[in-house]
Amino acid sequence: MSTNAPAITPQIVADHGLTEEEYDRIVQAIGREPNLTELGIFSVMWSEHCSYKSSRIHLRKLPTKAPWVIQGPGENAGVIDIGDGQAAIFKMESHNHPSYIEPYQGAATGVGGILRDVFTMGARPVANMNALRFGRPDHPKMKHLISGVVRGIGGYGNCVGVPTVGGETNFHSAYDGNILVNAMTVGVAETDKIFYSAASGVGNPIVYVGSKTGRDGIHGATMASADFGEDAEAKRPTVQVGDPFTEKLLIEACLELMASDAIVAIQDMGAAGLTSSSIEMASKGGVGIRLDMDKVPQRETGMTAYEMMLSESQERMLMVLKPGREDFAEAIFRKWELDFAVIGEVTEAGPDGGRLVLVHRGETVCDIPLGPLADDAPLYDRPHVPTPALAPLAEFADSTNISIDLLTLLGSPDLASRRWIWEQYDHMVGADTVQRPGGDAAVVRVHGTKKGLAISTDCTPRYCFADPVEGGKQAIAECWRNITAVGAMPLATTDCMNFANPQRPEIMGQFVGCIEGMAAACTALDFPIVSGNVSLYNESKATGGGSAILPTPAIGGVGLLPDIDRMATIAFKSTGDIILLIGERSGDLGQSLWLREVRGLEGKDAGPPPRVDLEAERRTGDFVREAIRSGAVTACHDVSDGGVAVAVAEMALASGIGAMLDQPLAGGIAQSYFAEDQGLYVVTVRDAALVELLSKAEARGVTAARLGHTIANRLIFELPESDHAIPLASLRVAHESFFPKLMDAEL
Amino acid sequence: MKSAVIVFPGSNCDRDLAVAFEAVSGSRPAMVWHRETELPDGLDLIGVPGGFSYGDYLRSGAMAARSPVMQAVAQAAARGTFVLGICNGFQVLTETGLLPGALMRNAGTHFVCRDVALTVDNSQSAFTSRYGAGEQISFPVAHHDGNYFADVQTLDRLEQEGRVAFRYAESVNGSARNIAGILNDAGNVLGMMPHPERVIEKAHGGTDGRRLFEGLVESLMAKA
Repeated sequence: MSTNAPAITPQIVADHGLTEEEYDRIVQAIGREPNLTELGIFSVMWSEHCSYKSSRIHLRKLPTKAPWVIQGPGENAGVIDIGDGQAAIFKMESHNHPSYIEPYQGAATGVGGILRDVFTMGARPVANMNALRFGRPDHPKMKHLISGVVRGIGGYGNCVGVPTVGGETNFHSAYDGNILVNAMTVGVAETDKIFYSAASGVGNPIVYVGSKTGRDGIHGATMASADFGEDAEAKRPTVQVGDPFTEKLLIEACLELMASDAIVAIQDMGAAGLTSSSIEMASKGGVGIRLDMDKVPQRETGMTAYEMMLSESQERMLMVLKPGREDFAEAIFRKWELDFAVIGEVTEAGPDGGRLVLVHRGETVCDIPLGPLADDAPLYDRPHVPTPALAPLAEFADSTNISIDLLTLLGSPDLASRRWIWEQYDHMVGADTVQRPGGDAAVVRVHGTKKGLAISTDCTPRYCFADPVEGGKQAIAECWRNITAVGAMPLATTDCMNFANPQRPEIMGQFVGCIEGMAAACTALDFPIVSGNVSLYNESKATGGGSAILPTPAIGGVGLLPDIDRMATIAFKSTGDIILLIGERSGDLGQSLWLREVRGLEGKDAGPPPRVDLEAERRTGDFVREAIRSGAVTACHDVSDGGVAVAVAEMALASGIGAMLDQPLAGGIAQSYFAEDQGLYVVTVRDAALVELLSKAEARGVTAARLGHTIANRLIFELPESDHAIPLASLRVAHESFFPKLMDAEL
Repeated sequence: MKSAVIVFPGSNCDRDLAVAFEAVSGSRPAMVWHRETELPDGLDLIGVPGGFSYGDYLRSGAMAARSPVMQAVAQAAARGTFVLGICNGFQVLTETGLLPGALMRNAGTHFVCRDVALTVDNSQSAFTSRYGAGEQISFPVAHHDGNYFADVQTLDRLEQEGRVAFRYAESVNGSARNIAGILNDAGNVLGMMPHPERVIEKAHGGTDGRRLFEGLVESLMAKA
């Protein structure tokens, strides 16, 4: 593949992940057979990863607008107004396939890529988050993957000096052969200093900055657009290698240049590197682009245009500068010891739009219209069938011992403390982390102000598998709820849509169902989606695991706290506070972790997931947020995985203060304490504030019921048959043991 | 008080340290780029911040120790200017030879970021005067290479001369004799792995670090 000479054979077409129909479409679009470089460019631009060809048609159904949205999907990241002339810029992106093949570098470059998406737009990154899904903890490969991913995320984020403030981690056999690594970055910019990617100004110089281009990562985007076969390991050379130190330099250099007016447009080189960055910039600006490949800074000798265009070498950016500002810009990048090269220019669009022209060693090696590469890329309405509704939950025996069940749940893989993970991330650099990992949402202060950004990532894949529509709704609602639970106003989200092979109608049905549920929740909660990414073909037979992953629409949300002094945390504050449940109870145990961990029922045997009543969700959440801001609430935690008992236990463990739950609840023990009711919060208030809070709740039509009160160092459940007391020390051992036990004999 | 914070290309706690200096002293420190060969005149205090100076792909702090600006810092330290190295700054100070010993990879091999309990071993230094002797305090750590090592004679000498400023009161990284921070023999250079600049206000969840900076300012005022 080193020259343009070989004729394009059906085998070469297939190796590029293109179908025969797609190849015919290329020939038709350019009026002749493409050469190898052109074929390579089409293959990456038309890959699922870059073109969203299976998903675009459905993504359009998602609400993306609100008065505070400055930029929705379509740019490098979403932008929202956070007042005082400031904007939050954020996005979440997947790096699943590379992380399975080479976990350290795969995860590290995932972080690097999402950071670039955010600072490209003029923001200083202020927080990283991540949403991880691993396979069974006892899978032979899993410790290696967990260890590598966590080290990779830490290794990159710690070095660039952006705090990694939280995230989520699940385990399920469906991810045995295809783990998910979704990374999110949030940045802060001034609203009048936001940078976009549309190129303009015929003759303006196109500038390449950052690291040199090597042969790494060629065809990463194509790899990420296919199932893993038995030979996943053989794809290791397509994984890029990250250099966080260079990224740090790139952040500083770009932000320094952005303080001037020299930049017309800027875009990072992510998936499909120089190809997608140059084409996206040109097609968004309605112009053409001409690149002199000899001028591209190269790390290796003898690179072809094909290799340079398809390389996914990291830490690179492409910019269009104002004419005459090259020397000024170059001085900044030289100061930071980064490469800087003018490699081309913006060209005029003809009647049929702009063209991409590449010249290498005196020859034109590519001359193709931009339209078919970007705006007119293939768009598929793939067949999809709705997921059949699950049968109602059959009879099951109630909990016989609440203490044992609670200890089992707290020590289970999906609920155990994630301390082992987040202690490997510098979550405090910047000295603005005012709510650390382990709560409902992380809170990062906007530097030099009293404002805080509340950030949460959420998705419950087992709900999405059982009922994609309800699961999609729940993912958005839970994110909104977690942000609310710290007292912040949820503003917008980013989504990372991880699904299996879209060519299977039942998988496409999961995708369509999740989108439907998400759209309903986004609308009802005024919580639009402003950026995101789609990762399909997440299935594998490589390790004998389950073939398709669970449908996993990971949601990353951002909210605003006007005053960080009026913020709630989950930790109980003192003994003698009254514990209240705010929200409506359904007692629905379908798909609960209690059923799975205690009764061994999961998947299709575990009934439909709990329903989200979006109206009640909003009413309850708005009330809770106001109560927090009024100062009446001393601690707050939403009820999610594991139900009320787990929520209360987590509040106790975060504080070292116990609880006496002495109010009878309707229903059996499991229903009362382990049902994963939606739109429900556990809050504490001082005795003196109780009456007023309850009357306000009543006036707002919000259900608030007394659950118990806080006591010293143990949990006591007063049950009709007998009381159960569990020392916090026992809960702590159960909660903290899982990861150290699993990982101590690390590779 | 006239202070400066050294900025290597990969420093990432430079701003946090500058914020702490300013919060306590009221005056903004000069930010000094690593290629500088001279420091501003009349400095009372130099901060060498945390981060990954030049990426630390070699040994943490090894390249930074050979940077132009560190020669100037060493000369200033010899003249009695106060130097505070935190985290990567401590690593740089040992690599520069301003402090004895070395920081090796954590015994647990992981990067570790959490609050740790420290005891104040020497409360007589300019850096620790606001703490009580043996007082237990809490600072966060965030490092991969914080495992302090020195030969037995050096460790004995540090202890005999009261040059151990802080010790870990719990197991953190395998440091010899739980050493978390040490002073040079003249008492004007402190290197420490924990981050006092991350606990200077209520919003940080603790304020134990603030007293370190307040004590320093007080000592400098007294000196002037």
